[in-house]
Amino acid sequence: MIGRFSLLPEQASTIAGQVDALYFFLVALSAFFSVLIAVAVIAFAIHFRQSKDRQVVPSGEGFLALEITWTVIPFILVMIIFGWGARIFVTMHTPPDDAMQVYVVGKQWMWKLQHVEGRREINELHIPVGRPVKLLMTSEDVIHSFYVPAFRVKQDAVPGRYTSMWFQADKVGEYHLFCAEFCGTQHARMIGRVVVMEPAEFQAWLSGTKGSGGDMVASGQALFEQLGCQSCHQGETGARGPALAGLFNKQVTLADGRTVVADDTYLRESILNPQAAVVAGYQPIMPTFKGLVSEEGLLELMTYIKSLPAPKTIPADATEPGKTHAMLPVHGGQG
Amino acid sequence: MTETVVHEAHDASVNYLNADYGVRSWLFTKDHKRIGLLYLASITVFFALGGLAALMIRLDLLTPAGDLVRDDTYNKLFTMHGVVMIFLFLIPSIPAVIGNFVLPLMIGARDLAFPRLNLASWYIFNIGALFAAWALLAGGIDTGWTFYTPYSTMSSNSNVLSGAFGAFITGFASILTGVNFIATIHRMRAPGLTWNRLPLFVWAMYATSIIFILGTPVIAITLLLMMIERAFHIGLFDPALGGDPILFQHLFWFYSHPAVYIMILPSMGVISEIITCFSRNRIFGYSFIAASSIAIALIGFLVWGHHMFVSGQSANASLIFSLLSFFVAIPSAIKVFNWTATLYRGSVRLQAPMVYALGFIGLFTIGGLTGLFLSTLATDVHLHDTYFVVAHFHYIMVGGALMGYLGAIHFWWPKMTGRLYNETLAKIAAIIVFVGFNLTFFPQFVLGFLGMPRRYHVYPDEFQVLNVFSTAGASILGIGYLLPVLYLIWSMRYGPKAEANHWGAVGLEWQTSSPPPTENFDHTPVVTSEPYDYREPVEVKKVA
Ligand code: HEC
Ligand code: HEM
Ligand SMILES: [Cu+2]
Ligand SMILES: [Cu+2]
Repeated sequence: MIGRFSLLPEQASTIAGQVDALYFFLVALSAFFSVLIAVAVIAFAIHFRQSKDRQVVPSGEGFLALEITWTVIPFILVMIIFGWGARIFVTMHTPPDDAMQVYVVGKQWMWKLQHVEGRREINELHIPVGRPVKLLMTSEDVIHSFYVPAFRVKQDAVPGRYTSMWFQADKVGEYHLFCAEFCGTQHARMIGRVVVMEPAEFQAWLSGTKGSGGDMVASGQALFEQLGCQSCHQGETGARGPALAGLFNKQVTLADGRTVVADDTYLRESILNPQAAVVAGYQPIMPTFKGLVSEEGLLELMTYIKSLPAPKTIPADATEPGKTHAMLPVHGGQG
Repeated sequence: MTETVVHEAHDASVNYLNADYGVRSWLFTKDHKRIGLLYLASITVFFALGGLAALMIRLDLLTPAGDLVRDDTYNKLFTMHGVVMIFLFLIPSIPAVIGNFVLPLMIGARDLAFPRLNLASWYIFNIGALFAAWALLAGGIDTGWTFYTPYSTMSSNSNVLSGAFGAFITGFASILTGVNFIATIHRMRAPGLTWNRLPLFVWAMYATSIIFILGTPVIAITLLLMMIERAFHIGLFDPALGGDPILFQHLFWFYSHPAVYIMILPSMGVISEIITCFSRNRIFGYSFIAASSIAIALIGFLVWGHHMFVSGQSANASLIFSLLSFFVAIPSAIKVFNWTATLYRGSVRLQAPMVYALGFIGLFTIGGLTGLFLSTLATDVHLHDTYFVVAHFHYIMVGGALMGYLGAIHFWWPKMTGRLYNETLAKIAAIIVFVGFNLTFFPQFVLGFLGMPRRYHVYPDEFQVLNVFSTAGASILGIGYLLPVLYLIWSMRYGPKAEANHWGAVGLEWQTSSPPPTENFDHTPVVTSEPYDYREPVEVKKVA
């Protein structure tokens, strides 16, 4: 907990115990080898200290066995450590599907967070205990890093792209939130706290005063209309732009023949830098929205796009406009 | 080791130090020994500068509120400390000072292959270093020694350009030294000095030179690209201009990880020399130690991504970089085991250089083992960019590299100056350094595990206790470093004269007088046996 001196950090997430088990295994291993070396050095230095009848180790084949032993044993040990660490790391990179999303924007020198339900926070993150939480993060300026020691997780927030991390708090309380990547004058003051609450309490908190009116889908939709996106993306056959429903995490074929997955960073690029990846079958007419929409606005737009219900069936024939074009680039090639 | 012992044919009172007098004779010297001393003078000044910054940092961290200096000043202090210690002190330290001085002596050569280039490298180093030092002192730089983009290119309004340019220039000095060493080792070995008879320090210099030549151009280009983006707003790393900030990190660590081996390999070479001499034993596993130096130098080029596990690099890349990092730990472990085994059935003398060498083994072992914590993906996510990393690299770079450097200075001091320092004081200093070092940096491992981020000017109250320990240790450490400066300078004037082979070592450099004549040897020595052949007691020759 914040403010109390201790030699062990608090464990407050499901992953923390696993990381610590590995950490203490490494501590034990290191202690063993350090003591082994120290004892050997001291014992040899004393036992073989300078004296008249000194003998010299003859060189010989026999030592090859020793060299191999102390190459192979550490090798096996480090491979175990690698595998162990990799397994936990893969877990850290595999958020459960039902994870609750929170959006994070770092800027010099504060953390801005927004819940899907609309509630915004600065330098504080409220979450319910016992529920996986996934953060989608970016930065407005330089690189920052979102670090919650009690959860044993850390992830850089990088400008121009999205990174994500997830965790599941398993203990109610308040924990430090630090920026771990040096970001300028007040880097050390870019700190805050994570407040882990009982689910009921969290629900009450969430529906308390809202930051910006509606939830993120609603504000995203408002922005979508305000920026005129729907004039091209109304989702009908023959529209100037592809339909966006069900787009998220689908394969998209581009005019230059590449296929990409429409992940967060792709959506972002499509809005800020549409000419960089033109969907096959469409003209490169979408204007750039760089400078017209803030990082938070982008996240709202994306939340809205992701919320659009995917079309029921994947059409084999041309009943769904954008997708069909994407698969059969009829007039894309010469465009 | 050789057939020739000390030849006192020439006038033994004439040596490289008194063969010529005056400032000009130093500034225009082509003698590798004098150039080594010139480098010694330069980097000692920079070490003092970096040390002063460290002192301010530690004092400031005594209190959680960081009462001594302001935020920006603090950031400039740790940048100054890092840039100076790494680029202006540790990278040139052993290669340019000790390597310059003893490498030709060790292989029985009269000088390096390109003496003029050698002098040029000293000038280039100083020009770059003074440029960087000026940038750091007049106005300062606040990016950290890592210059991460886009902070360094678009956000920082400090002297990034001139500082990076200074570091860029010093790179050329490194490259010249590397080329010179490789050419010398290939072409100028004494008759009979085959590759498998080379002293391990020479092998270490060879491995280091490979990194100098392969790695330095990459950091030079990286810094150049960074400067171009900063000066002309050409988008390379800043996403706002269409660049990729992670690309900078890849380029930076592609050099800077191998650079950490530039700092440690030479020390490892020194330790092999000292351990054998002071245990009067042949080295255990000669070929394993030599091969592991080369293995470290080469594998070291493939692990840079272990600095970027949480940067947003793909998880698959992280898995591979983690695996490769473990491979590079193995040769380091092999060396430690072999040094320890060298003591076995030797005849151990605990003179000052040996005390430093044993201290090195202890601290390097801890530094290397904690490298495992950081190569392990799951633990690094927590420990990255915390004080744990700070402790890790100080154990290796200060506990290891600097300890090795001090050991080397103490070992070859009689050869370099022809004078002896006070043994007792030297041993006491070594012990003070060892104790002070551990007190300073061990608490930082705990701080890191507790979650204290690095580069923090202010910190939560619960971290204060350990920070106070660390600052206390740093004061002890400071005294430990000051002592050698004093008694070594004192010895140059008042120390007793040294014999040709003060320690009774077998290396070729001990077969000529102390200090050596300008041309190193009166007759080219001929090598007839393996290195570290301590079977016959070595005569301690008196200077005539
Ligand atoms: C002038 C018409 C026009 C407007 C206005 C417009 N778009 Fe587009 N958009 C297009 C076209 C045409 C494409 C396909 C070609 C391409 O990828 O550039 C496209 C592609 C996209 C894609 C990628 C779709 C896919 O299937 O991969 C996204 C996401 C997108 N737009 C979002 C938006 C958002 C959000 C807005 C409002 C801020 C917007 N667009 C405004 C015409 C437009
Ligand atoms: C024994 C094998 C070693 C291993 C396995 C190892 C591993 C690592 C890893 C994984 C990191 C990144 C930690 C992080 O930022 O999260 C790291 C950082 C570092 N290591 Fe090592 N290391 C080893 C040896 C060395 C040596 C020999 C040196 C120097 C002489 C060194 C100096 C450094 C430095 C300077 C950093 C931090 C750079 C920074 O972020 O400022 N390491 N090490
Ligand atoms: Cu920061
Ligand atoms: Cu590294």
